Amino acid sequence: MWKWIQRQSSPKIFYQTCTNLTPWFFWPFIGFLLVGLYWALIVSPADYQQGDGYRIIFVHVPSAILSMMVYAVMAIAGGIGLIWQIKMAEVVAKVSAPIGAAFTIIALVSGAVWGKPMWGAWWVWDARLTSELILLFLYLAYMSLNNAFDNPKTAAKASSILAIVGLVNLPVIHYSVKWWNTLHQGYSVGTGGLKDPDMQIALALMFVASIFLYALLVVIKAKTEVLIREQNSRWVKDEVSGAIL
Amino acid sequence: MTRRQNRMLLVALLVLGVFSAGYLGIKAFNENLLYFYTPTDVANGKAPVGKSFRVGGLVEKDSVKRQDMIVSFVVTDNNESVEVNFEGILPDLFREGQGIVATGSVLTNCVRWTCKTYFLATEVLAKHDENYMPPEVAAALKITAEEE
Repeated sequence: MWKWIQRQSSPKIFYQTCTNLTPWFFWPFIGFLLVGLYWALIVSPADYQQGDGYRIIFVHVPSAILSMMVYAVMAIAGGIGLIWQIKMAEVVAKVSAPIGAAFTIIALVSGAVWGKPMWGAWWVWDARLTSELILLFLYLAYMSLNNAFDNPKTAAKASSILAIVGLVNLPVIHYSVKWWNTLHQGYSVGTGGLKDPDMQIALALMFVASIFLYALLVVIKAKTEVLIREQNSRWVKDEVSGAIL
Repeated sequence: MTRRQNRMLLVALLVLGVFSAGYLGIKAFNENLLYFYTPTDVANGKAPVGKSFRVGGLVEKDSVKRQDMIVSFVVTDNNESVEVNFEGILPDLFREGQGIVATGSVLTNCVRWTCKTYFLATEVLAKHDENYMPPEVAAALKITAEEE
């Protein structure tokens, strides 16, 4: 296992691994998504107060969890890149940023759409919403900083430090509903907030689907990034000319 | 110490420094991060005086009264309570026993010699709790609660 991980630091082998993994992420994603949507929209009963409006939870909660998980992966991969100077870790960190930003936007927008009818407001400046918005800004800052340098090594160094600094926001987001009075409700997951087993199953399925989606997007985007970085090497020229012919 | 260990130490120090800075920052701004005050805070004088603020709690049972366009109700945290007056549209989830957050300020209205203090709200938001369930489960829970 350790040997296998070490071999992944070679761009060519990493590229091959990404190609091999793609179907293993694609098909589970499709499967979990379809069953999850069926469970979320058809099997799960309506809520006693919110009616069908509560179903936005099946998109909102997985996206919100992923927005934080992807950030953690990005910062850890960035840290590995800093310490052990493994280029492929830099690649994983770099390609994770826009995916994480997209999950953050989905969480914020789906929350706003739910908030207007349920709370009576699209947006409030409570601790949970504000810290999640800061997470989006961290992703955007990471992406701008990474693009601001011509040398990928300098770019990875600077942006990884930013990613690690931003880690402090993750516990703030998670505990915000516990530490302070917020308009956002407390934890529904892991506390028995979802009283119906079908609701729990639907949420679990959608969460697993989101993880496979993230993994799938990482391997696809990482391949492109490796090709760009290694564009002068022999094997990339062979690979690309093979694709054209 | 090798260069790699050196870098590892630097990253560890960075994480440590950032988290302590974050901890101190949160400590310092703790009060400002509260989205609303509870009726107990208001009774203890912790809420700002003469300034707009938010008060949050449960709408007390049988306290909602409507007079023309003005709705008045009592917000409680089962310890202290605040009377709220509001003119405007209430959110769908507003009902007795439900959590709400009202923005406004405390006013004192004196008619002859009797003075009444109440909270005049400019906005009322519903605070949803973390529970999601079908109507049958809600009904069953209600029956169990009443039996107790």
